[in-house]
Amino acid sequence: MIPELGQFALILALLLAIAQGVLPIVGAWRGNAALMAVARPAAIGQAIFVSAAMAILIYAFLSFDFSVVFVADNSNLALPWYYRVTAVWGAHEGSMLLWVFILNVWTVALAAFSRHLPQPFVARVLGVLGWLAVGFLAFILFTSNPFLRELPMPADGGDLNPVLQDPGMTFHPPVLYMGYVGFSVAFAFSIAALLGGELEQAWVRWARPWTNVAWAFLTGGIVAGSWWAYAELGWGGWWFWDPVENASFMPWLVGVALIHAQAVTEKRGSLPAWTVLLSLFAFSLSLLGTFLVRSGVLTSVHAFASDPRRGLYILGFLIVVIGGSLALYAVRAPKVAGGKPFAVLSRETAIMVANLLFATAAAMVLLGTLFPLIGDALNLGKISVGPPYFGFLFVLLMAPVVLLLPFGPYLRWGRGEGKSLTTVALRAGIAAVICAVAGWFFADGRLRAIAGIAGAAWVAVGTLSYVAKRWREMPRGRRFPAEMAGMLLAHFGVAVFLMGVMLSESLSIERDTRLAPGQTETIGGYTFRFDGVQESAGPNWQGDQGVVTVMRDGATVHVMHPQKRVYTRGQVQTESSIDAGVFRDLYVALGEPMDAAHVDGPWALRLYYKPFIRWIWLGGLFMTLGGFVAAGERRFRAKRAAAANQVVPA
Amino acid sequence: MTRLLPLFAFLLLAALFGFGIWYNTKHDQQEIVSPLIDRAAPDFDLPVLGDNSRRVTKASLLGKPYLLNVFGSWCIECVHEHPVLMNEARALGVTLVGYNYKDDPADASAWIAKHGNPFDVIVADRDGRGALDFGVYGAPETFLVDAHGFIRYKHVGPLTPDDLAREIRPAIDALRRENR
Repeated sequence: MIPELGQFALILALLLAIAQGVLPIVGAWRGNAALMAVARPAAIGQAIFVSAAMAILIYAFLSFDFSVVFVADNSNLALPWYYRVTAVWGAHEGSMLLWVFILNVWTVALAAFSRHLPQPFVARVLGVLGWLAVGFLAFILFTSNPFLRELPMPADGGDLNPVLQDPGMTFHPPVLYMGYVGFSVAFAFSIAALLGGELEQAWVRWARPWTNVAWAFLTGGIVAGSWWAYAELGWGGWWFWDPVENASFMPWLVGVALIHAQAVTEKRGSLPAWTVLLSLFAFSLSLLGTFLVRSGVLTSVHAFASDPRRGLYILGFLIVVIGGSLALYAVRAPKVAGGKPFAVLSRETAIMVANLLFATAAAMVLLGTLFPLIGDALNLGKISVGPPYFGFLFVLLMAPVVLLLPFGPYLRWGRGEGKSLTTVALRAGIAAVICAVAGWFFADGRLRAIAGIAGAAWVAVGTLSYVAKRWREMPRGRRFPAEMAGMLLAHFGVAVFLMGVMLSESLSIERDTRLAPGQTETIGGYTFRFDGVQESAGPNWQGDQGVVTVMRDGATVHVMHPQKRVYTRGQVQTESSIDAGVFRDLYVALGEPMDAAHVDGPWALRLYYKPFIRWIWLGGLFMTLGGFVAAGERRFRAKRAAAANQVVPA
Repeated sequence: MTRLLPLFAFLLLAALFGFGIWYNTKHDQQEIVSPLIDRAAPDFDLPVLGDNSRRVTKASLLGKPYLLNVFGSWCIECVHEHPVLMNEARALGVTLVGYNYKDDPADASAWIAKHGNPFDVIVADRDGRGALDFGVYGAPETFLVDAHGFIRYKHVGPLTPDDLAREIRPAIDALRRENR
């Protein structure tokens, strides 16, 4: 009975979402305050029912209700309770429910924190979000129902994909979705602005904190995903350019462009149409990512359960949402390239150049991701592009960004500024050269490592020298407003990230080896001694646990325990052992025994020495933090109230 | 005009996606397995499930076509597929070989005891190494191997009565015509 209540809750949520989509928009169009006032209660009601459905699905997992197909497919009696909770988003149906749930989190937040915005505007924004919810709720109910029953009910269920049985799974998908779905707010703001025809700076200022928070969540989610792939998939890589990763990376790239373009439009009034377009693109790419991941169009190897109806539905939804919004853009986008004039060497120019680079990078990732599909369409056979394509083009496009980065804060809005640019170029340039020379010895002349060190020094010194300038020139309390502090943090994160990527990529040592107990292998100055394999077991798996003692200069650094787990349902999962450090990670994965009959004999082992790899995620965390800090800008809140009064309700 | 460009670009993309969906339904997963089709099946030498003293090899199965079904007691879809093997597949008139994949023999035997045994013989590939040579992605998968030991057809995912009628049976009939 209880799963049926979940189903009813979803149906009621759908009905409320329809009300939320129709009535406030009609109200805003007719100027009917009563209809507009429906938006908030409808949004909150919808959120209550979606939360109820979510809670009921979690309850079904916790109570082992295997009559629910989704529960039976993704959990079993031996699965620990915390993985039964995360199993909710471990497969298609539940992850779609999580999508809608998070959309509701954003909608409710918006309903709560928009009291000072003009009522017609809020009504339109919530109406647009209501329509998005209608699309996804209908998708769940008609093609991907997580509450579907099967009778007679199996005595025990299948298993949650062992790859997903990892602490990272508890927060990676929700955080990533917070980012993905969060762009729906910027999207709804620009649609509302297009609908209302009040395309002026005001809406951009209202949208900025929301966009920054969504982008920060997306950054955090991608960082968590990258770290999880590194720790859990057993390959020691941190980014693979696979379609699922690209699906989250494209909105991120456009998001970077968007948060900068919003700054230009809000402060200077320039690029209004471009900012609208980027808002539409950022969310469209989120939807597109959902389509690519969920339709099975690209990942046909994993498409066992993919249902062409799902693909068709999402495609139809994409056409309505993206096609509709782009058509609206074509009709209503601001006609004149407004805004204040700006000189060549101004901040506007720099942001425009960076914007073009980021947008091109997103297009490049999209093209590469779709290559197999294009190959099919043009009958060129099975083609796909891998890391060489992405890596090469991405570095090519991002190198100018790195070069521009230190100048960004120094540049003035509108007018050209030559002198301070020379100063910062000199400072950062000297630092880069010194670090490159130092790096020559540290990295044995490896070019990529040296380029990484020099680039990181260039960005870091450029950013820090601006921090020093503010510190000197501004009175206490006015030195670092939140917006600027966030920007500087994120820019500094780029330096840290760059250092991590270039050094770990060029200086890593990866060795596949076979060792008998007692034998040693030395890489990167560390000696790994294989001490044999013990039996090991967890709540729902049994396995072999290797013991590897790592020594340096005769002293034991760490004893590592890589595992090879066989889950109760038969899937085998490699659990690597990692000794993390600020300057290097040591990474051991257990392979197979050379001879299955002699587990006491030699085993295949994979040993990695990864210098500076933590800096990749540390840099990402700086950017995440920067996004959140910038969203706290006081000016967004204070001036928002003032600006709201200026807009005449339609 | 330039304002319509994003819309046109998107419509082009949407057309590509529509094509992708259509292409996937037409070509199914068979496209990926093509390297194996019409090639000799890999050599294998595996114990019979529940009786390690007896072994089944590729050579011992030559002479008659057989359907090799990869399954495991841990595999949910296999439960859904099982009735099809029990009822329709036995009527195909070829040898049915069960290929127990990455499974504990005790679990596999219990699973067969519970759901019934449609197979003429079941081999146990406990560590899944033999399946690697077959290019098995997961369970269930089904291979049709001809009398000369060549793989003639591969099906990924659970077999449905429809698959049997439309794909497997015609493939078997084609084999019979060749041998005549």
